[in-house]
Formats: sequence, structure tokens, C-alpha cells
Amino acid sequence: MDSTEEVVRFENVGMRYGLGQEILHDISFALAAGSFTFVTGASGAGKSTLLKLLYLAHRPSRGLINLFGRDITAAGRDELPVLRRRIGVVFQDFRLIEHLSALDNVALPLRISGASESQIREHVPELLDWVGLGDHMDDHPATLSGGQKQRVAIARAVIARPTLLLADEPTGNVDDEIAMRLMFLLEELNKIGTTVIVATHDEGLISRFDFPQLHLVDGQLKAPEGANAEGTAS
Amino acid sequence: MARIVNILPLSRDPSSRFLPWIIAFMVWLAALSLAASMMLASASKEWQRGLAGSITVQIIPGESDDPGTMEDKTERVVALLSTVPGIRSAEALPRAKVNKLLEPWLGKDALSGALALPIPVLVDVRLEDGTALDTDALAARLGATIPGASLDDHGLWLERLVELAEAVRLLALIVMVLIGSAAVATVIFATRTGLAIHAEIIELMHLIGARESYIARQFSMHAFMLGLKGGLAGLLLASATLLVLGNLAARVGTGLLPPFALTPVQWGAVAAVGMAAALLSTLTASMTVRRVLRRMP
Repeated sequence: MDSTEEVVRFENVGMRYGLGQEILHDISFALAAGSFTFVTGASGAGKSTLLKLLYLAHRPSRGLINLFGRDITAAGRDELPVLRRRIGVVFQDFRLIEHLSALDNVALPLRISGASESQIREHVPELLDWVGLGDHMDDHPATLSGGQKQRVAIARAVIARPTLLLADEPTGNVDDEIAMRLMFLLEELNKIGTTVIVATHDEGLISRFDFPQLHLVDGQLKAPEGANAEGTAS
Repeated sequence: MARIVNILPLSRDPSSRFLPWIIAFMVWLAALSLAASMMLASASKEWQRGLAGSITVQIIPGESDDPGTMEDKTERVVALLSTVPGIRSAEALPRAKVNKLLEPWLGKDALSGALALPIPVLVDVRLEDGTALDTDALAARLGATIPGASLDDHGLWLERLVELAEAVRLLALIVMVLIGSAAVATVIFATRTGLAIHAEIIELMHLIGARESYIARQFSMHAFMLGLKGGLAGLLLASATLLVLGNLAARVGTGLLPPFALTPVQWGAVAAVGMAAALLSTLTASMTVRRVLRRMP
């Protein structure tokens, strides 16, 4: 994908669950391929909902979302699995499958997309080595520390080489040192062309990395404190 | 060698323990119902084939009839019958044969000696193929010509017997359909329970890009294995039951009960019930999962 090409475009997106109040209001922004963006805001500002729209867990109540050049509000249900495979997600609570080993957890996206066992044997151990878990391939999540679980979750999110990588509060459950290592890992992935979006309310983390922000206040994009521009990342 | 990874740990679900037993019980009932239905159909056909094209003339001895008179009446009946168009043969059953038929019911003493009961003479009449005999006219003619002679075309008896057999057969088929419906409902319940237990993993798979068919396959393969286990167990039980009942029926003797045996084709149909249970489980699980997943975005 061309680096100037848009990976994500939101136009006047609103989101409500059922008949409840609108959680996101008139969200508009665009992200270029290969960009690294923070989604910031206090708890309850709508960061997780924005990410859910991005990883296609929900469709917006109104507005237009364009991912990889495809209008997903108009896309049929059959098209969504293929789009989802281009998105890697690191969930806040990791969502590892307890009865599977680290290797099988990481291999999940490959199995779902129909990869052969030989491909899995070739790529998954290599990636687990890269995230420093080469010695824990056969371990189950229950025996791993918080940081190790998170690295398994990251490895799972990137194993299928996604175009877009989303991380929801990735540093929320780990100590500072692991948080920094994790951010460097995401930076590395960004350098090889992956578009990265990190939702966080960790001010310290945001200040250490000079990446553009989408700042949410009560479900609306606002300029972050100290910034001049209205909250658009592109 | 490819590793088989069960992404959904369905084999640990409680339903995995009870479902094969429920399916086995249902297959046992369904196989017995099907066997009963097929045996009754065979018996009904056998009765109709055995009695179609034949009538029986009965000559009841009068109080003053001696053996000589009865012999004379028999000859006159046979002679009359042989003049009727459409009758191929008319033959009186030998006394010894009639006695042998009645002996188990009346005892030896009642059939011979000075106190012997007056036993009617039976004349077995065979008709030409396709003959539509006017039995009422013939009965009237026989009654008027030979005192004590009456005609039985088995029609009423056969009609009622066949009606009964058909009713029982229909009942057996209804029972089969009800058992099938109950099996489907059980599999739907077990699948829905599985979906609820593994909702988080299913949602994760969905978000990672799994198609409905991929998730449904996990459930349907599991249901197929459970259905196959239950189906085979039920089939073994049903086969054993049928063999035991067949042996017991054989000991009672032929004539009283319809033939209690299945042909190889009928055994094949009974065996198919087990496989049908596995396929029905697979299909039901797959459709249930797809229906539930369709509600996801």
C-alpha cells in the first residue's frame, strides 16, 4: 500500500448501543498508511468504542467508515471476515485462549485463514522468538506473567501481517519497563509499514512518543491540551 | 503430520458426556420402531398374499349327521364348486390335518373316541388369478343346496387385520418422527449451551476473521462424533433387542405371531438409523450455530 494512501477514514460517525445515548458524535478523521496514532482521552471518553468500530466489532449508527478503501458501512457480512484479517488487535484484557499453548494462541489467525501446519511451524516460533518468548511456546496462558501474556497477544495480532494494528490500553496491565518495551515493539512494526493505532490514557506514555493524537472528550474529537489543531491525525 | 487443534474445547462441555447416551437411547427407540413398522408391512403383505385368491367353505355337521353323511355333503360341495367358473380347485382338508390344527386348543380327547366333538369339514377353494367371484351368490347357493355349508372369503377378517397392522405401522412411523424431533431439539439445546459456554472464544474467532462456516464446522464435527458414538451404541442395543425378541417369537411358534425377522435390506435400513442420527446431529449443530452467528455484526 502506498504510504500516502488512506487506511482509515471516518466521516461524521456516530455510535450508540441499541436505543441508548450516543457514545461517539460526529467523528471525522483520516489516517495514512504507515502512520502511528494515539487515541487518547479519559476513561469513558469513547476510546474503546472507537477501536471496536475500527476492528469491525460493530457497525456505526450513522456516518461513513472507510477501511483500506472499502466503505464498510455498505459492505456485506460476507466481506467482513476478509477485512478483519487485515486488522490485528491487541485487546486490553489480552483475550488469550486458556486451553491453548502460546504457540497455538499465536497461530490462531493463521489457522482461521487456512494456513498449512508447515507455515505455522515456520512462522509462529520465529515470531515468538522475536517477542522474547521462544522458551515459552508450549506454555499455557495461566502459567505466563502479565507481560508475557501481552507479548503473546501482540504476536497473535501481527502473525498474519496486518495492514492495521490496533492496541487497546496495551500498557494498562503491565509495569513501566514492559510498557516501554511494548511500545518499542509497536514502533518496530510501524517502521516496517504497519499502520498502528494505540488507545491509551497513559499521559506519560503519550508524552514520551511524538505521535499524532486523536483526543476524545465525551465522545467527540477535541484538540489535545497544548495542541493547536482540532483532533485530526492526518 | 498435521496437528489437530480444537480451538473450542467442546469435548469438555457437559453436553459431550450426556448427548451420546441420549442419542443412543433415541436411536434404539427409532430403530425398534422402524423394525416394527417394516415387519408389520411384511406381515401385512404376507397375509394378503396368502389369503388373496382363496376362500374356505365350512360344512358344520348336523346333530344327526354321521361320518357317511358328512362325506356325502363334502363330495356334493366339491362337485358344486367345481362347476363354478373362476374356481381352480376345491379340496377338502383331510380330517387328520384339521385335527392336528385343533389339537393344541382342544386336546386329543376332544377329537377322537366316543366323546369326540363334531368337527366341521373345511374345503379349501383356490380361485383363478384375477377372478372376482360373487361370494354372496355362491354362499346362498351352497346354503340352499347343502345344509350346514357356509362360505368364508376371509375378506372381513383380512381387512380388519390389515387395518390394524397399518395403524400400528403408522404409529411406529409417528413415534420415529417424534424421536427424530426430540433428537433435533436436544442437539439444538446442547449446541446453544456450547455457544454460550464458549461465547468469548467465538467472539474472538469472529473478530480475528473466522467465517461462520469455520466456527460452525467446529461444532458440527463435534456433533458428528457424538452422534456417531450414540448412533452406534443405539444400533448395537437395537440389534441385540431385535435378535432376542426374534428368538422369543420363534419359541412361541409360527402362525400366532407375524414373522419376527428382518430381511438384509431391512437390517440395512435399521443400520441407517445410526448413521442418520450422526448426520442429523451434524446438520442441526451447523444450522444452529449459523443461525446464532448471523446475529453478530
